Amino acid sequence: MCLECGCGLPGPTRIDGKPADEVSSPLVEGVEAPNHSHTHSHDGYTHSHDHLHDHEHDHPHDHGHDHSHTHRQIDVHQAIFTANDRLAERNRGFFRGMEVFVVNVVSSPGSGKTMLLTKTIEALGEDMHVGVIVGDLETDNDARRLRTTGAPVVQISTGTLCHLDAEMVARAVGGMDLKALDILVIENVGNLVCPSGFDLGEDLRVALLSVTEGEDKPLKYPPLFRFADAVVVSKMDLAVACEFDRDAALDNIRRVNPRADVFEVSAKTGEGMDAWRDYLNRMRTRRGSLTSRP
Amino acid sequence: MHEVGIVQSALDIAESQARAAGATKIHEIRLRIGQMTGIVPEALEHAMTVLRGGTLAENAELTVEYVPAVCWCVSCEKEFAPKGLFGECPDCRVPSADIRRGMELEIVSLEVD
Repeated sequence: MCLECGCGLPGPTRIDGKPADEVSSPLVEGVEAPNHSHTHSHDGYTHSHDHLHDHEHDHPHDHGHDHSHTHRQIDVHQAIFTANDRLAERNRGFFRGMEVFVVNVVSSPGSGKTMLLTKTIEALGEDMHVGVIVGDLETDNDARRLRTTGAPVVQISTGTLCHLDAEMVARAVGGMDLKALDILVIENVGNLVCPSGFDLGEDLRVALLSVTEGEDKPLKYPPLFRFADAVVVSKMDLAVACEFDRDAALDNIRRVNPRADVFEVSAKTGEGMDAWRDYLNRMRTRRGSLTSRP
Repeated sequence: MHEVGIVQSALDIAESQARAAGATKIHEIRLRIGQMTGIVPEALEHAMTVLRGGTLAENAELTVEYVPAVCWCVSCEKEFAPKGLFGECPDCRVPSADIRRGMELEIVSLEVD
């Protein structure tokens, strides 16, 4: 079930048609949660210690009524991460180890993710090896479109779920040769709300806003744009026909996310594609020296 | 936004800490949550009521200290308290990308016995 909106009926997510839990992945099998204990040796003898992160203060207090009991306070001071956050961090570490740059593409359905990706793979050229994971509720239509580029593509069919999560991605890369890839692009399920709440372990999150959607979309659905590193304004070839108010749109994006890099692109005509491609190359190179997502 | 996932994680941490300390009951779980996390208090309360059943925290209360946000305005060169999640400077209307406080999401302490 989606923790954001409650959608999703019981039923397996499928990866290239197979139930996800039957797809083997080095990222899922045999990885135990660390127990924070370790063994090391000094000067020839070995010992181990557990890191139990609690310190207790006993302070009994009387409640002034006829029964008194002992409450204790345990200081915890621990950041709360959801289960998905933890899996996403594991994915991120794994991807770093494989030296693959990972991009998570989010937007509403029909804003042109598949078309943009197809043209982006072509623009990146043969020297840049790109793989794609594409999420949809049903069909492998997008996977088939993306395969025309020659790139390896894995389709995740979520059934009734509205977003991809870190575990699905961990499963989906099981059958991919990540070492042979420079860039892994994850095309998320078309949805403006829930995908923004699920870190997949990506290095770069890109939100699309097509000119046909209206310039106030970032204000109506802030999280999707707020948590993106870059925003691509897509279908610029239709801007005039749609009476797209460019200044208002850019202003709204900036209001919600002043830090985002913004690109105005038409995958169809090629307008803005060079700048977008150069940005991806630049971010990939820069990632090489970074250790964590901000 | 992730209230259910957050409460689930907080309960997991609380239970394991309580067990490690030999406690049999959790009376209170204290959290610190920043304004800019977008966490909705009512949704948090509701998630707690649903998820605490069958745990050591079955009757526990959730106490939340909300931390107001502080942003830095580059053009006015001063800190300000933003309204809502956008972080716009009240004087110059320029949105701030520098959130200095308000992203806290922490389990502070437990009351157990």
